[in-house]
Amino acid sequence: MTDSIRFILNGEDVSLTSVRPTETLLDYLRVKRRLTGTKEGCAEGDCGACTVLVGRLIDGMLQYESVNACIRFVGSLHGTHVVTVEHLAGPDGILHPIQQAMVDCHGSQCGFCTPGFVMSLYGLWLSTEKPDRNTIERALQGNLCRCTGYEPIVRAAEQVGAARPSAIFDPLERNRTEIMARLWALQAGETITIEDNGERLIIPGSASALAEILAEEPTATVVAGSTDVGLWVTKQMRPLNPVVFINGISELQTIQRGERGLTIGAGVTYSQAMAVLAETVPAFAGLVNRIGGEQVRNMGTIGGNIANGSPIGDTPPPLIALGASVNLRSRGGSRMVPLDIFFIAYGKQDRRPGEFVESIFVPLPEEGARLAVYKITKRRDEDITAVCGAFNLTLGEDGTVRNIRIAYGGMAATPKRALSVEAALRGKAWTEETVIEAQAAYDRDYKPLTDWRASAEYRQITARNLLLRFFLETSGNPQELKRFEEVA
Amino acid sequence: MDTSTFEKKTDINGRMHVSLKHDSAHKHVTGAAEYIDDIPEAAGTLHGALGLSTCPHGEILSIDLDAVKAAPGVVWVFTGRDVPGVNDISPGGRHDEPLLAVTDVQFHGQPIFAVIAETRDAARRAARLAKIEYRPLPHWSDIDGALANEAPLVTEPMTLLRGDPQAEIAKPPHRLKGQMRIGGQEHFYLEGHIAMAIPGEDDEVTVWSSTQHPSEVQHMVGHILGVPANAVTVQTRRMGGGFGGKETQGNQFAALAAIAAKKLKRAVKFRPDRDEDMVMTGKRHDFLIDYDVAYDERGRIHAVDATFAARCGFSSDLSGPVTDRALFHADSSYFYPHVRLTSKPLKTHTVSNTAFRGFGGPQGMLGAERIIEEIAYAVGRDPLDIRKLNFYGQPGSGRDLTPYHQQVQDNIIGRVVEELEQSSDYQARRQAIIEFNRTSRFLRKGIALTPVKFGISFTLTAYNQAGALVHVYSDGSIHLNHGGTEMGQGLNTKVAQVVADCFQVDVDRVKITATTTAKVPNTSATAASSGTDLNGMAAYDAARQIKERLIDFAARCYNVPKEEVEFLPNRVRAGNEIVPFETLVWRAYYDRVQLSAAGFYKTPKIHWDRKAGRGHPFYYFAYGASCTEVTIDTLTGEYLIDRTDILHDVGKSLNPAIDIGQVEGAFVQGMGWLTTEELWWDDKGRLRTHAPSTYKIPLASDRPKIFNVKLAEWSQNAEATIARSKAVGEPPFMLAISVLEALSMAVASVADYRFCPRLDAPATPERVLMAVERLKGLA
Repeated sequence: MTDSIRFILNGEDVSLTSVRPTETLLDYLRVKRRLTGTKEGCAEGDCGACTVLVGRLIDGMLQYESVNACIRFVGSLHGTHVVTVEHLAGPDGILHPIQQAMVDCHGSQCGFCTPGFVMSLYGLWLSTEKPDRNTIERALQGNLCRCTGYEPIVRAAEQVGAARPSAIFDPLERNRTEIMARLWALQAGETITIEDNGERLIIPGSASALAEILAEEPTATVVAGSTDVGLWVTKQMRPLNPVVFINGISELQTIQRGERGLTIGAGVTYSQAMAVLAETVPAFAGLVNRIGGEQVRNMGTIGGNIANGSPIGDTPPPLIALGASVNLRSRGGSRMVPLDIFFIAYGKQDRRPGEFVESIFVPLPEEGARLAVYKITKRRDEDITAVCGAFNLTLGEDGTVRNIRIAYGGMAATPKRALSVEAALRGKAWTEETVIEAQAAYDRDYKPLTDWRASAEYRQITARNLLLRFFLETSGNPQELKRFEEVA
Repeated sequence: MDTSTFEKKTDINGRMHVSLKHDSAHKHVTGAAEYIDDIPEAAGTLHGALGLSTCPHGEILSIDLDAVKAAPGVVWVFTGRDVPGVNDISPGGRHDEPLLAVTDVQFHGQPIFAVIAETRDAARRAARLAKIEYRPLPHWSDIDGALANEAPLVTEPMTLLRGDPQAEIAKPPHRLKGQMRIGGQEHFYLEGHIAMAIPGEDDEVTVWSSTQHPSEVQHMVGHILGVPANAVTVQTRRMGGGFGGKETQGNQFAALAAIAAKKLKRAVKFRPDRDEDMVMTGKRHDFLIDYDVAYDERGRIHAVDATFAARCGFSSDLSGPVTDRALFHADSSYFYPHVRLTSKPLKTHTVSNTAFRGFGGPQGMLGAERIIEEIAYAVGRDPLDIRKLNFYGQPGSGRDLTPYHQQVQDNIIGRVVEELEQSSDYQARRQAIIEFNRTSRFLRKGIALTPVKFGISFTLTAYNQAGALVHVYSDGSIHLNHGGTEMGQGLNTKVAQVVADCFQVDVDRVKITATTTAKVPNTSATAASSGTDLNGMAAYDAARQIKERLIDFAARCYNVPKEEVEFLPNRVRAGNEIVPFETLVWRAYYDRVQLSAAGFYKTPKIHWDRKAGRGHPFYYFAYGASCTEVTIDTLTGEYLIDRTDILHDVGKSLNPAIDIGQVEGAFVQGMGWLTTEELWWDDKGRLRTHAPSTYKIPLASDRPKIFNVKLAEWSQNAEATIARSKAVGEPPFMLAISVLEALSMAVASVADYRFCPRLDAPATPERVLMAVERLKGLA
C-alpha cells in the first residue's frame, strides 16, 4: 500500500503520495491548485490574509475552525476538510450572506485582507449565533486590515449574525452529513510515512507509535500546531527532516478531569482547552483569549508552547504559578517534571532525546485561592508578551499569606518563579505595606533585558506594579483594563 | 424596443453624491479580485530574490556568489554591474540611490545582488548563500546619531519666515521651549511589493507593478534598461494597499524584474517576503522638533521658531517634499503672527524614508498641537480653549496668513470644532473626567478635541495634472481609463460616477480598466489625496467632449437647437423626441461622430517659490476635528480608547460611504502611528520590528469602543473642484492626534495638570508609563 495524505479540498477528494514535509497549505493552494483567493500577507500567522477553514472530527462531531494556511503544513491535513474562500459563493455566483454583508457594509477597500476576514467571519458564523461585538472582535484578533479601520467589518458581522438563512444556502451546512461520512473513512489510526526527494514526513497513528518513531529518530522535528515551527520554515528556511505530525493523534487531544487536577494532552489546542479552563481556572482562560489570534488558538497547543521553551511563551507563567508538571514520554516510559524546573536555560529544557511532551498536569487551585494572570504587551491583542505575571495566593484565616506562587515571563531567559518575592510575602499580613516592601525583592529575582518589546526598566517597573495590581484586585479594587468585559 | 422602463426612470444608478459600493467589492469578498501574484503565470516564469547587506555602512571589499550560482534551480545571478542602463533609481534624479549597491552599502538590508531561479523558494534559499566582505564605516540609525555625527543633509532644507520671530521671542515675559520626538511608521499594506515583467520584441517590455505611480515605474525601467519610455508599458489594475509606500518604492522590484526578463527572455516575478519588504522599503519619517514659542498671558501665540529634523535614511527619495510639507502644516489651524520654521532632512544609515499618507503633514501638525498643549498647561487652561484662541480668522481679519504667505480663504475650522464640541458633549465629559481622576487612584482618564486643516495639491506644481481616456462604443457601453491607480480608496468608483453622471447613464455601463501607461501618458503618482480631484476632472473633461459631440449630432439629427437636447437618465431628449442613450450613440457612430476623447486637467491658481518661501501652494484646505476619550492604567501604562467622535469635511461628497470609509480607516491608521506602531533599530543598525509579530498595527479590538463618524454635510468646496467635493485620503489621518492628546491629559492628571506631560509618539504603554513616572517625580 502506498501511504498518502488524504483530505477534502472544498468539494474534492485529494490524495497526495508525494509531499514535501515543509510544504505549506498556502503554497499548495496558490501555486499547485491556483486557488488564489487565499492570500499571503505575512507568512507567519499574524495577518490572517491566508485564513481558511479546516474541518475535523472532534469527539465524533465535525467542527470547522479558522487556521492560517501560511504556517499550516499539508502533512498535517490528513483526514480533514479544507475550505477556501472559493467555496462560499453559490455556483451561480450568488454571494454567501457573509460576503453580501461585507459588500453591503462597505467592508472591503483594497480587498487583499478581505478573503481572510470573510473566512474568519465564516468560522464565527458556523460556531456562534448572534455574536456580540466582543465576540466578533475576538474572532478577528488574527486578521489585520490596514484600510477600513474595521468598523464596517464588525458591522457586517453583526448584520449577518442577526439574519441566519436556511442551511440549504450554506455549502458546509448543506453537506455536513456527507462530509462527516467521507472524513470518517479517512480516520485510519495507522502510521503514515511519505518520502519526497530524501525528505520524510511521518504521521504516527498513536502515542506509542510516536514513542517508537522518536526512539529511532531522536532528531526528528515534532509538530503539533506548527504556529512556531511554521516560521522556522517560512522565515528561516531551516531544513527539517524528518517531520513528525502529531496533530492527528486522538489520545493526545483529551482533557481529563481528575480529583486533583486536569490532565491536558499535548495535542489539545488553545481553543479546545478554553472551555475547560474557563470553568476551572477562569483567570487562565482570560489569558488564552489574548494568545495569538483565533487561527493560532485553533492550531497552537499548550504542549507545544511548553516544549518550545520560549522565555515569552504565554502559558508557562500561569502553569508554573499553579504548580503544573509536564509528563514526558518515551519508548522507555514516562516521567513527570514540575514545570518550574523543566525550563533550564534559554533554549534548553529538561527533555531527553526520544522524549516528547505527552500531557500537562494542572493541579486544581486550592480552595479559596486567588489567581490572576496579567499579560503586558505593546498592543493589547495578538501580541507577544513583554511581561507576563501570574499569581496564585492562599490566605490564612488570619489574613496572612499562607502560600503564594508567582511566576513571570519576559523577565528572564526562561519563564521563572519570583522566589525572593514569594519569600518576602509568605507568612506576612496581606496588606499594601507588605506588598510595597516585597516589591524590592524583584531586583533579586530578575534582571530583564531591553529589546524591541520593552526596556529593562519598563519590565522591572511593571513587574513590581503587577504585584500591587494583584493586591488591589484581591482587595476588591479592580484595576485591570479589560477590552472584553467578560471571559467567554 | 420596450422603452417603458427606461422612460420612467428619474435617476441613474451611481450618480455623483450617492453611496455606491466599491466597484470591486463583490470580487474582494469572493477572492476573485486579481492582484499581481494571482495573475496566471506565463509558461517558464522565473522568480527573483535579493541578497541584502548585513552591514549598516561599509565599503564592499568582495562579493563571492559561487555558492549562490551553484544552488539548485538558480538560472542567473546579477549585481549592479549587470544593469544595462544606469544603476540608479533615485526618483528625484539626484543619483543617490543605486538599484543594487556596488562599491559601498549604506544600510542594513540594502540590496546587493539578485538571484533568478525556477521557483521562488529556490531563489530565496540561494540568496542566503553569498559571502560578502565589508570594511565597516561609522554608522548611525537615528536623528540623535545624525546630529551627533554632524550628518549631511540628503537634500536642500527649507525655511518659512514671516515677521520677526526672534525679536518677538526675546520679549518678556511668556516664553517656552521644548522638544518633541515623533516616531516613523511602516505602511503595512497587506499586499507586499510585487512586480512581474514579460519581455517583448526589440527593446519592449511589459511590467505589472503594484505601484501608485506607473509613469515613474515606466521611466525608471527605461532608465535602468537604457531604452526610451515608449518601449516600456506598465500596468496596474489594483494594489492591496499603498498609503504612499508604493509611490516610489515599487521602482526597484519593477526594474529588477525587467532586467532579468530582458536578459533571460522569460517572464520574471519579484515578490519579496514580508520581512524583506519591511527591511528594504522606506517608511514614514521620524521627526525631532525643537520649538521656541512666545505667547501672551491668555495663551495667544505671538511667535513660533521651530526646527524640524527628520530621519531621511541614506538617500533623498521624497525627503525634500516630505520635510517641506511638515513645515507647511506646522501651523495646524493656528495663526502665528511671527514665525520661522526650518527643516533639517538628515542622512541616516537606514532605509531611505518615503511618502506615507500625510507626507510630513502629520508630523508638522503634531508639533503645533504640542505647542498648544505646552501653552495650555503653562497658563492652566483647557487646551481646547487655547486652540480656539489661536485659530486662523476669516479673510481680512488680519489673522489669515500662513507661514508661507498664502491667505486662508475657505476657513471653516471654527464651525467644525464648535459642532463637534456640541455633538460629542465635550465640556460635560471633560468635567466628569476631571472628577473621575480626582477619586481614581490608578486608572485615569483623558479627553481631547483636536482640529485638522490640510492643504490640498502637490507642492511641486507640475504634478497637479492628469489625463483620462473615455471611449463610448457603438453599443452604448463606456470604457473608462485614467492615470490614477486604485489601492482601495475607491478612486475608480468615484471617477466612474463622474462619467456616469455626465452621460446620465447607470454606472454599470461604465467599465473601469487597469491603469496603463499605454493609454494615459505622463501621469502623476496617485498621491497627495489628489486622485479624485485630478482624475475625476480629467475624466469629466473627456466625457464632456464626447457629450458635446453627441449634443451637436442630436441637434443636427433631430433638427432642434442644441439647447433642446437634454441627457435624461439612460436616454436623451431632442426636442420632443426621446431615445435611449445607446440608440443615440449608434446613430452618432453611423454618422461618423468621434466617440472617443482624451481628457486633461491641471489645477488652477497654484504656484510656489520654494527659495522665497512664498506662494499659493494649495488649491484649498480640507478640515476636520475629532474628540477622543481614553483610560490609562498608571501602574503599567496600558490604555483603552473609550470613544471617538469625528466631524470631517469632504466638501460635497462624491460618495459618502467611500468617504466615511476613508475617514475611519485613516483615523485608525493614525491611531496606530501614535500608539502601538514602533520601529526599533538595534545598535547594529538592524530593524528588529520587521514583521507583524513585532510591528503592531491596530486590530479590530483597538479601535475606539464607541466610534461616531460624520461628514460635515453642509460643506461645499469653495473652489470649483469636481462637483465641489474635497480630497479625503490624507486629511483624516491627522484626526488621530486627539488620541495622543487624550492620553497626555490622562498622564497629566497624576501631577494635577500642572505640567505638560510631553508625551512623545508613539505613545506605547511603555512611553505612557514612563511619562507617568516622570510626572510623579515632578509632583
